[in-house]
Amino acid sequence: MISLGVIRWDIIVDYMPMLLKVGVLTTLKLTVFSVGVGTVLGLFISLLRLSSWKPFSVIGVVYVDFFRGTPLLVQIFMFHFAILPAIIPGAFPSIISGLVALTLNSAAYIAEIFRAGIQSIDRGQMEAARSLGMTYPQAMRYVIIPQAFKRVIPALGNEFIAMLKDSSLVSVISVQELAMTGTLMSNRTYRPFEPWITVAILYLIMTMILSRFVAYLERRFGKGDIRA
Amino acid sequence: MIYVRNLHKHFGKLKVLRGIDCHIKPKEVVVVIGPSGSGKSTFLRCINVLEKPTDGEIIVDGFNMTDPRTNINKVREEVGMVFQHFNLFPHMTALENVALALEKVRKMPVAQAESVASEMLEKVGLKDKASNYPAQLSGGQQQRVAIARALAMRPKVMLFDEPTSALDPEMVGEVLAVMKGLAREGMTMVVVSHEMGFAKEVGDRAIFMDEGIIIEEGKPEDVFGNPQHERTQSFLSKILI
Ligand SMILES: Nc1ncnc2c1ncn2[C@@H]1O[C@H](COP(=O)(O)OP(=O)(O)OP(=O)(O)O)[C@@H](O)[C@H]1O
Ligand SMILES: [Mg+2]
Repeated sequence: MISLGVIRWDIIVDYMPMLLKVGVLTTLKLTVFSVGVGTVLGLFISLLRLSSWKPFSVIGVVYVDFFRGTPLLVQIFMFHFAILPAIIPGAFPSIISGLVALTLNSAAYIAEIFRAGIQSIDRGQMEAARSLGMTYPQAMRYVIIPQAFKRVIPALGNEFIAMLKDSSLVSVISVQELAMTGTLMSNRTYRPFEPWITVAILYLIMTMILSRFVAYLERRFGKGDIRA
Repeated sequence: MIYVRNLHKHFGKLKVLRGIDCHIKPKEVVVVIGPSGSGKSTFLRCINVLEKPTDGEIIVDGFNMTDPRTNINKVREEVGMVFQHFNLFPHMTALENVALALEKVRKMPVAQAESVASEMLEKVGLKDKASNYPAQLSGGQQQRVAIARALAMRPKVMLFDEPTSALDPEMVGEVLAVMKGLAREGMTMVVVSHEMGFAKEVGDRAIFMDEGIIIEEGKPEDVFGNPQHERTQSFLSKILI
């Protein structure tokens, strides 16, 4: 049993700069990068998946199935210890492996978000665009994707929150994000309690701020097409 | 202008069009009527190949639409289409809706595209609504923007698929007025519509379709006023109550 009286507040205060400047900052960087690049890549994969040309759609389906059908933890190990060292020999910086795994994983989930968004756009939009002489890519680019994008903004926000939490998995290859900082803190102080409670609360603060923001986005963009 | 020969369209087992033959001359206004499900929309959508015909031949302005070598996008520039549910682009203002294809398809500079677009909105009486989004316009206004959007491409033919049937009754008139104006200017038009007044006033020919074939055609006053075929009579008696 542990009572509040024996909490070592001094440890928390001592490590707070490192938790924030190294841990929180790295976690945010990882998340912003993987969801940012994952959005571009995910849009591309969703277009492959929706393509009427079979080889393209197969590539899209296989990609999404692979990254959603295997554990992120396994993907991180796979890129760090197997794939990346095989492509570029030598010791691989874990931050790079971590970023690659998180980005490719995020792209698969975002591709599904975009696919649903694109398919939710009324068929008449594509027909109207095509009837004006636009090509399929033009109709996608100027008519369908802008509407789909607006519709999926809240879902992308939720993906950002999910990725913020899942990025903690790259601590297994020693990327020094927030969870890894907790491990270090715990190893150095020989105390598990203060580090892990603090780390949990820091994650919670971040996800709570973000989910408020997503709720705002849902109010702003969730209601379909009215842009008054 | 439009030649349709032995046009068939099947959706799986469902034979929606079963041999349509039809020739539409330049400046002609043809009104297509028929019961729900008779294939009127499908017929119209085959003309600009929004639906790929199963069999038969369609020639628009000299281009064989069923020939894979034809650049369908190029021909579609010449064939305007107006839909029952308007299908305006909701993320763009009225002006942007009209200007989009001018910029992206006709490759006009933005300023020129916008000036043509604003001219087209003026033509349908909506110059003052240029900066409104579709959601801020009434149904009748949206449909007029949709007509302006199609007209901006300077099409040689206009296809209308029940352009007034999704409108409140008080807005039907404003859309029909724009269409009558077009007809009088000599636009070639194929109009799926049960608006008899419109058909009689500016229509050159009415076509009655049922179960995927043309049952009867002729001068609108004859087809509506003195139908020869029993199926036409029974259809008209239902819509003219
Ligand atoms: N893409 C499609 N796939 C399968 N069936 C279709 C498709 N489009 C149309 N149909 C079917 O083809 C038939 C004819 O449809 P069409 O829309 O051409 O009729 P219509 O004469 O325009 O009727 P309405 O007056 O109701 O608009 C209908 O039974 C319809 O369900
Ligand atoms: Mg129809």
